[in-house]
Amino acid sequence: MTDTTANPPARSFWRDIDLRAVAPFVALVLLLVLGTFANDNFLTFNNLLNVVTRSAYIAIIAIGATFVICAGGLDLSVGSMVAFVASLAIMFMNSGAVAGPVAMIATAMLVMVLIGIACGLANGLITTVGRIEPFIATLGMMGIYRGLTTWLSQGGAITLRNADVSAAYRPVYFGDLFGIPYPVYFIFVTAAIAAFVLYRTSFGRHVIAVGSNEDVARYSGISVERVRTMTYVIQGLCVAIACLIYIPRLSSTTATTGTMWELQAITAVVVGGTALRGGVGRIWGTICGAFILEIVGNIMLLSNFVSEYLLGAIQGAIIIIAMLVQRSLVRKS
Amino acid sequence: MRKPILGLAAIALAATMGLAHAQDKKTIGVSIPAADHGWTAGVVYHAERIAKKLMEEHPGLNVVVKTSPDPASQANAVQDLETQGIDALVILPTDPDPLVNAIKEVKSKGKFVALVDRAPSTNDDSVRDLYIAGNNPALGEVAGKYIAKTTPDAEVVVIRGLPIPIDQQRQDGFDKGIAGSNVKVLDRQFGNWNRDDAFKVMQDYLTKYPKIDVVWCQDDDMAVGVLEAIQQAKRTDIQYVVAGAGSKDMVKKVMDGDKMIPVDVLYPPAMVGTAMELTAAQLIDQVPVHGTYILDATLVTKDNAKDFYFPDSPF
Repeated sequence: MTDTTANPPARSFWRDIDLRAVAPFVALVLLLVLGTFANDNFLTFNNLLNVVTRSAYIAIIAIGATFVICAGGLDLSVGSMVAFVASLAIMFMNSGAVAGPVAMIATAMLVMVLIGIACGLANGLITTVGRIEPFIATLGMMGIYRGLTTWLSQGGAITLRNADVSAAYRPVYFGDLFGIPYPVYFIFVTAAIAAFVLYRTSFGRHVIAVGSNEDVARYSGISVERVRTMTYVIQGLCVAIACLIYIPRLSSTTATTGTMWELQAITAVVVGGTALRGGVGRIWGTICGAFILEIVGNIMLLSNFVSEYLLGAIQGAIIIIAMLVQRSLVRKS
Repeated sequence: MRKPILGLAAIALAATMGLAHAQDKKTIGVSIPAADHGWTAGVVYHAERIAKKLMEEHPGLNVVVKTSPDPASQANAVQDLETQGIDALVILPTDPDPLVNAIKEVKSKGKFVALVDRAPSTNDDSVRDLYIAGNNPALGEVAGKYIAKTTPDAEVVVIRGLPIPIDQQRQDGFDKGIAGSNVKVLDRQFGNWNRDDAFKVMQDYLTKYPKIDVVWCQDDDMAVGVLEAIQQAKRTDIQYVVAGAGSKDMVKKVMDGDKMIPVDVLYPPAMVGTAMELTAAQLIDQVPVHGTYILDATLVTKDNAKDFYFPDSPF
């Protein structure tokens, strides 16, 4: 495909795009305002840092999901994949295959990335070469990764046994640089690279082309299968990155690690302005969507006026209201 | 006195000669949920441990353990066990009500049925001969009483499990335990019996309340997340955390005298073993065991922790 950075044909097109991209951030600001009413401690540096830090897993996974969804696919297996990749990495570190805690962690990180890519490749090949609907293919893989994790852990927990390794790894989640915890850097660096790939490379353009119209993309000479497969590989890589910062937090995984994370990631992507039907991808919107999800939960917990039984209902309502705000902004333009 | 002694001797003789009497061979079928989280993993571990032990002790006894992930497959498993020819069934249902008919079917054939932990709506002798369960209200009450006794003026935050009846029973028990003391509950939120969710809830509690004395999170898995959140916030006002169930990690902390985990409240997955032992006693020794057994929610302290520590268990 040729480069198409040229000026757009119509001006209204750009205005439309801009507002759609801005909408999630407007919703985020509205939530921040709402939060200050809920609790005095909401708008403190520490609380916001807590929230941003712990949204790192969903945010990073959702970056991968942005690619998959943008190309017209779907990956339901990511939550189970987190559990599977992290469990294997912990078992690897427990095996003591490499001497020295730092060398061990570095090797384990490499192992995680390789397993993540392999898992993503498996998902991709099953949907493209196997020609199975992504919903069913990744639903099946979700069961496989979850089942394997349960089997590895015998239903219990897999815990990092070596205290030295655990102590050396802990700062990756809990440590900070200039007062900002490392996971926050992970989010923004991953997002920056992803945004570059999606918006500034020919591969990124192919992803969007495949998602908006598969047939046109195919006639334009794009290898649709290869592009789709690559998006699943990127998803697997993102899951691995999330695992890099997941393990140091609790130093263990259980059979229930990462349950429902796939739905949270997809919600973050959609709240961020990416179309579920494909063809549009917004990396920064996705990050914003992940923050919105985490902040909604945080506000609910900090406020005193919501019954604990109603949390789910209020969370659902806020997400729908956030989407409606976005839509109305877009329509007004 | 002579008769019982003679009887015992006869039983002992019969037990040792079990192999010789092929027609006396007895089979116990054990149907339990598949290990899908910490507690059920413990159930599977203890069921297999006791099965092995019973077969070693009684050469004439065969114990078959089957795990099932959901009620439908467990109903099939029960049917399969029955077809294989069992003399007794020990069952911990994944979900009791959908399995009532399958259990009654076995019972109606005159087999001995021991039901563990999860009771159907009608839990009487038409369904089972023996019922053994942990004590959910007591799990809350023992924790509440301990907190009221150790720190009478404590301000406590509570992390609940999931909105289901046993969670409510534990909450009610806890309220009963702290009744009449100055212990004040600041907040109750759901942590879904999940480590990551408990971490988040605890982080938000720490933001919301400048002073927390005690955390009651009723579950050992959630305690893992709670402890990390406290450590990260570097808060020193929290005196201790009370969890529950009896996982090896938390019992180990109690045994080692960890100041943050001074006690643990027992809801032991090993109760499936109690049911198996009683069933074997009924089959082989013919002692009366019919009835309902509610195990105490024992308070695990530094002194008795070693009795409840299973380092090989996955839970």
